[in-house]
Formats: sequence, C-alpha cells, structure tokens
Amino acid sequence: MAAPRFWREAPSRYNLVATRCGNCGSVSFPPRSFCPKCHRKSVGRMERFRLAGKGSVYTYSVVHEVPSELDMQKPYVIAMIEMDEGAKLTAQVIDVDPKDVHIGMRVRATLRRLGDEGPDGIIHYGYKFVPILN
Amino acid sequence: MDVGIVSYGAYVPRYRIRPQEIGKVWGADGDAMGRGLYITQKSVPAPDEDVVTISVEAARNMLLRKPIDPECINALYVGSESHPYAVKPTGTIVAAAIEAVPDLTVADFEFACKAGTAAIQVCMGMVGAGLARYGVAIGADTSQGAPGDPLEYSASAGGAAYLIGTEDIIATINRTMSFTTDTPDFWRREGRSYPSHGGRFTGGPAYFKHVTSCANMLMEAMGTIPEDYDHAVFHQPNGKFPTRMAKMLGFSNGQVETGLLTPFIGNTYSGAVPLGLAAVLDIAKPGDRIFVIAYGSGAGSDGFDITVTDAMDSFDRDAAPKVRDLMERTKEIDYATYAKFRGKILMKEVSI
Repeated sequence: MAAPRFWREAPSRYNLVATRCGNCGSVSFPPRSFCPKCHRKSVGRMERFRLAGKGSVYTYSVVHEVPSELDMQKPYVIAMIEMDEGAKLTAQVIDVDPKDVHIGMRVRATLRRLGDEGPDGIIHYGYKFVPILN
Repeated sequence: MDVGIVSYGAYVPRYRIRPQEIGKVWGADGDAMGRGLYITQKSVPAPDEDVVTISVEAARNMLLRKPIDPECINALYVGSESHPYAVKPTGTIVAAAIEAVPDLTVADFEFACKAGTAAIQVCMGMVGAGLARYGVAIGADTSQGAPGDPLEYSASAGGAAYLIGTEDIIATINRTMSFTTDTPDFWRREGRSYPSHGGRFTGGPAYFKHVTSCANMLMEAMGTIPEDYDHAVFHQPNGKFPTRMAKMLGFSNGQVETGLLTPFIGNTYSGAVPLGLAAVLDIAKPGDRIFVIAYGSGAGSDGFDITVTDAMDSFDRDAAPKVRDLMERTKEIDYATYAKFRGKILMKEVSI
C-alpha cells in the first residue's frame, strides 16, 4: 500500500473515526460521504465522530494459513466486531488464546502494528482488539 | 507556580520469559543468572508491539485517568532507545493516535535508560515557561539483548506516559537536577542490532557514581535526608543495583519495594523509572514524598523530588490499569517463541 493512501486512512485506523447519518442515525465505519440507506437525503448531513472503541465479537475465525506478513502471529483470530455504536468492522483479536475467543466476548480497540512495506518501507499501525479485562 | 504530574498511564506487554529458559539454550545456569541479577522473569513484546504501540497504550491510559482535551497538549516527547524508525518520529504517530495533532511540538529523545525522565524535564520547562499548557513525556522501550549476552536475561519491554502541567496537579515536582558525564559504559552503534557494554564497568564508575552523585546533589539542594521520603525509585537495570544503591544512600527496603519492578518484568530501559514511579503513584497518598533517580548509560542521572497533593484523593486512578494489574496479566513463553517474537530467527522474507 502506498504511503499516501495509508496516511489518508490514519484517522480511522488510529482512532476509529466513523460517520453518523444526520437523517437516520445509522453509523458507518470506515467513514462514508453518503449514508447507504438514505442516499441523497444524507448529503451534507454525515457527521464524523470517534467510536468509543468498545464492542463485542459478532463472529470470528481462527486463521492457520496466513499471509506471509502474519507468519509470526499464526494462528490468529480474525473477527467481526460489533461496536457499541452499532457499526461492524473486521479486525484481529489479540492478547488471547484463540480457544478462549467466543461470540459475544467483550473487546476494546488498541493500536498495534498491522504490517510494513519491507525493511525500507513505512510501518502500518492500526486497530486490533483485546479482551476487556474485569 | 507549581509544575507537576497531572496524570499518568502505564503499559507492559503480557508475554514473559524466565531466566532458566534462556540459560537452558545457552548452556548457562539460568537459576544462578536470575539470582545474580534478582530477576525472576522479564516482559517480551508481541510481534505486533513496538515503542509506538506501547507509548500509545500508556498515553491513552494517561488520558483515561484525566480526560483533558488532547488539543491542549502542546508538547510531546518520547524517550526510547528502540524507536521503530531511525528517521521518522515515534512522537508524531503517538500524537496522532491521541488526537493531539497539529498544534504541538514533538521530538524523540534518546539517552539510554533515562530518555523518559529527560522528556519529563523538558515538559517541565515548556509548561513552566508558559510555552505549553500540557506536555506529555513518555519513556518506553523494547530493549535489545544479544543472544547469550547477560543483557538477554534482563532487556524487556514496557513504558509509561506522564501528563505534565500546572493545573490539577496530583504530584508536584519540587525540584529536578541532573548529573552527567561522558562515560562509555553501554552503547549501540548506528545500524547495529544489539548494544555492547563494558561488563563490570557499568557498575562502579557508571551506575553507582551517577546515581549517588545525583541523589546527594538533590538531597543537599532540598535539605532532605532519606527518612524524609515515603518512597524512592531508582533506575533498575536489574534487581540488585537499585537495592544496593538504596542501602548505600540510607534508604530502607520498604521505601523502594513499591517502585522496584525489574525482578518481575525485567529492565524496561527508558520505561524503567517511569513505570516504577507509576507503581508508586498507584498507591500514594496526599502528602507522600517521592525520591526518584533515573540513570542512562553514556552517562547521566536525572533526579526528582516529588510531593503528592490533595488532588490525588479525587483523581480517578481506577480509570486505567495499575502497574500491578499489568504485571499480573501474563503469558509465559519458551525461548523458541521468544526468538521468533524478537526477530532472532532468520526468515525467508522480512515480516513483522
């Protein structure tokens, strides 16, 4: 991924910046210019805001055949997270044994390395999720 | 005008390795190494953790305890000897991740194990001079130890972040002083993966000389004696040096035990004193006086005389994990996993 493209996405990758439709209230992540439900009615009414970072595991999979940049982390858990604000997003769930992950598990966002562009390239940082400790 | 700590946050990766496991690989007596260094285990960063991620987690924990508007942070400094980039600041990524950009000044510091306390001093200057409303000082490391080197038994990972300001101070920094010389006790040349050190030379002429000199300077300037302090935090490259240092200066074990973390998480380098101080602040009461001496090879010591204020009573310490919580959240790994996580295995292609 080219550096400028990643840079443009940094607010969402670092801080879960989403949009809320001023017409129907639905939340989109990553941010959208138009509401997928309200279309034209949402023009100029999409409010940017930051998700609080907490949610629940909606569904997940344990990945054993991994892309080379994730060799060090296999097997890893990739999950669909339902954020408390309603948006769903896909992310790794880390700092937990894969066998302990379950649907409904409460998680919070944290910042981790997502990958890099080789030893001469930039490092990509972004959200992953960890279990919420009691 | 008082300058001091407005909030703080800590972070320690959860993986741990014991000296016995390291010694087993290198034909050394791990038990003896552990006893000699007074280290029972050390923290290890996950493959997707580095100084940026540790700093961000610590800074976010700091802001959980004191949710100020991040745009009021006008200075941010990250002290470390393991910045992920040689050229490209750690601090800009951290500042963006806590939404403090763009109206602030940022820089990365390096002074072996005391870069984090140097960051606190600079924040004190910026805030005290009215050039910043709040400054953030972070000390964090994913320190390196060559395979088989004695450093491998202690070099670990962790960090802490401090919000420095003049409003709602939970701990006033009464005075800071430094003692600095040109002493080549530990170094890493540009482009080298692992540091080198002078063995026993890192003790007497380096750690002990600088910490003693800075401690005595500070107590003389403040007109204090060790009994005046409720807690003392000394740099802790291992568990033995700080306890010996405390005894030499006249501090009791009771004064240093809360801030002595190296026996349980290893030497977090730039994170060591900031984490030790965070552990003290986790339990400190208003009126408590804290004596802090950091040490960085090369070499220098930064000293701080700190008094906990009444504001600590209403400060929300429970809004973020305490250092002891982070120390208890562990997963032990073997040497093979450690070698994989720390990039000590030559892979076909480079990956995180």
